[in-house]
Parts: sequence; C-alpha cells; structure tokens
Amino acid sequence: MQIEQQLSSLLGDRAPDSISDATALGTGLADGYDFYESPVGKIVVAFNPGGISAVTLAEEDYVSYFGHRFDRALIRAEAPKDWAYLIPQRIEAGSPGRLPVDLRSVTAFQSQVLLEAADIPRGEVRPYGWLARQVGKPGAARAVGSTMARNPVPLIIPCHRVVRSDGHIGAYSLGGPHQKWELLTHEGAEPGRLEDLASHNVRVQSDTSTGVYCFPTCHVIRSSQPGNVVNFASTGKAAQAGNTPCPLCQPS
Amino acid sequence: MQRYRSLSQCSDHFSATIYSYSVFFMSMDELADALSMNLDDAFPRLVDDVSTRLFWGLRRLTGDAHHAEDLTQEALIRAYRALQTYERQRIRSLKVQPWLWTIALNLGRNHLRDRSRRPTLVASMSEPVDFDPDPPDLAAWQDRLDRLSKSQREAVVLRHVVGLDISEIAVATGRPEGTCKADIHRGLNKLRQIMETENAN
Repeated sequence: MQIEQQLSSLLGDRAPDSISDATALGTGLADGYDFYESPVGKIVVAFNPGGISAVTLAEEDYVSYFGHRFDRALIRAEAPKDWAYLIPQRIEAGSPGRLPVDLRSVTAFQSQVLLEAADIPRGEVRPYGWLARQVGKPGAARAVGSTMARNPVPLIIPCHRVVRSDGHIGAYSLGGPHQKWELLTHEGAEPGRLEDLASHNVRVQSDTSTGVYCFPTCHVIRSSQPGNVVNFASTGKAAQAGNTPCPLCQPS
Repeated sequence: MQRYRSLSQCSDHFSATIYSYSVFFMSMDELADALSMNLDDAFPRLVDDVSTRLFWGLRRLTGDAHHAEDLTQEALIRAYRALQTYERQRIRSLKVQPWLWTIALNLGRNHLRDRSRRPTLVASMSEPVDFDPDPPDLAAWQDRLDRLSKSQREAVVLRHVVGLDISEIAVATGRPEGTCKADIHRGLNKLRQIMETENAN
C-alpha cells in the first residue's frame, strides 16, 4: 500500500463527544450546572464563564426551566475553579460577595434593583417601596415586586429579604411563601414576629433614648432596650413624633 | 453532541431537524458565511464539522489522546472568542480550516491557567477517549512520525492525515508554500527510509 494511503488511514472517523460539550461550556454557548445544599433543600446552580446564571430547586424540572428561560443548553459540569469554592459559602451567607453573577437575562433596571437587594443585610428585610426608592424610582414598587419574582439567582441575591410594603412576608419565587419563611427563620429574622407587627400595622419602630427610627428588623433597633421601643404605623408618624431616620436601614 | 444540539434547539423541534440535515450540505465557505451572519447559531456546526479532523490531526502530532482532546477544545474556544471580535466581512472571507490550525499549532501550555476561569466537564462523566480505529501497526506509525522533525511532521500530518492542501498548510503553519512542499516531500522520504530499514530487519 502507498505510504500516503496508509497515512490517511490514521484519521479516525469521529472525535470524542466530550469535545462539543466542553467547547459549549468554555464558550458560554451552554451553561454548566451542579447540585448544592441550601437552607431550603437541594438546589441546582447554573454557571458560565461570566458567573452564576441561575438557581432553582433540584426537585423542579430545572432542565426545561433553564432551556425555556435562557434559551441555552444545560450540561452537568464543575464550576470554574477560580470561584467554585465561594458558591456554598455565598448560598449560606445569602449575598454574592465576590462571586460573579450573570444578570444578562434581566433588563438594566431589573439588574440595578437586584444588585441593590444584594446589599440587604442577613436577618433583615425591606419593603418593595423602599427598594424602589433606593434605585431612584419611588413609584416603581410593583416593578420591583415583579423583578424579585424574576430573580434568576435567588438565595445568592437575597430576594427573600424583600417583603410587601404592608410588612407581610409575601410571595417567593424559589418554591413559595413556605420557603421564604424557612429562609428568614434560618437567618434569625423571626418571620412570625414580622407577620405579627404587620397585622398590628407597625411599619417602623423608634428608640426613645436615641430618637432614631428603624425598620423592625434593623439591628440598631433590635439592640435597643425593649422598654424604649415605640411602634409607628408610618415613617411620617415617626418623624412627626420628633424622631430621625436610621442612617443604616434608611427607612425614609 | 446530540444532547447539546437537541437541548439548545428544544424550543423549536422543526428547526432542529432542518439544522442537523444542513450540516451535510455545508461547505467551509458556506460555514464561514453562516458564522458571519449569526455566530452563536453557527458555531455548533463548526464544532461538528471540524472537530474530528482537528482532534485526529492533533492526536497524531502529539501522540497523546488526552492532550489532543484538550488542545482541540482549547483551539475551538479560542476560535469562538476571536470570532466574537472580528468584523463580519473578515469572518466571511475566513479560510476556516487553516485558520483553526493556526490557532491549534500555536497553543502553548499557558491555556491551563485559562481553564480555571470557566466551567469544565465532570471528569468521571467524560467518556474514555481511546477509541482508535487501530490500524494493526498504529504504535509503529506514531513512532515513525515522532522521528520526523517538527515542521516535517506538521506538514505530513496536515497534508496526508488531515487532508489540507498546500496553500492551506502554508496558512496553518505560517511558512511559504515552497517550504511546506519540501517538508512534505522530505518527510515522506524519511518515512519510506524508516520503513525500508524496518523491513530489512
């Protein structure tokens, strides 16, 4: 046989299948996913070179959820080594910290709202209206509510810390109200107490010794002597009584 | 491969069918055209079309299946990133195969650092890569190729294993056509000599 023919027989007829998957992951044309534990049970975290793109409950049909919402394939993978180790600790902390998050799936406004929500401290909650004001759109409480419902990365961006403007806990996208309750309990935010305050029409509380008023979950008011705490039905009434807003939780 | 295609197209079963047939009728020029129109849509076709030849060429050049697999993935990922930055006209006039080989032949080992920035397949889930067609004297062939100089080996493998023509090899290796021709000629002569010596023993 001619040497040229022998050489051409050295070409195999297919490449390893892993090449197309690995290439799709490396280019970001597909996202990878892996399983993690969380306070609300087993979750699926999806990621690409740009960061964490989605978080869903493992008991849901996450493959079709992801395909429909993001229009990309989902491949079982290991997260990028540069930040894989941060994922469990940021799920527990309930904030992104230095973990990159891919928010390309939401609008610029929604992204701004989500990044603002990311700064709500663990164990505290804020109403939708407050978040709308923080991003400079005080009338956009409803848009903020629907942004929370579309948060692609719940737990890591803590939309469970955003509650209805009347103070009630409200709905939650990762499962439902039950999961929101679980998460807030896990963080020490005492959802039972929050519901109780909401049904007694309490929005803010002030400390008579300092004259400063806060949201009821702010760690400033929660460290006050119980005897010094006064309830108010609105920020306006707290101000009328001569109190000033807390610079940390910024109730108004 | 199948999984990737079917999932990425799952919202539209009809287009997925058209798409998998069109692969067979697309020339490299048409592929360049498709890449220039919609990079993200066309790139999986590029991977389907070129990865076999890229992988087996690299497999023969390196003599190592895992290394060849790594280099193939890396070359394709680099290619995608480069295409993202190219003007449409530049993509359309691209000679896809030799261009990819330019990238593949220039990959250093620094790509291992790059890997920590992106998701990777779960090791235990990637299939074993050693499914060589296994010509009886495969190991002997790898030995013979290893005895050529680097430029002769590249030229011979690109010409006779991968099947590029001289002008494409010149682009891929960045060497003049005359030099590539000479490398192939001398490489083949050397291989003949080696085989004659083997037969004599």
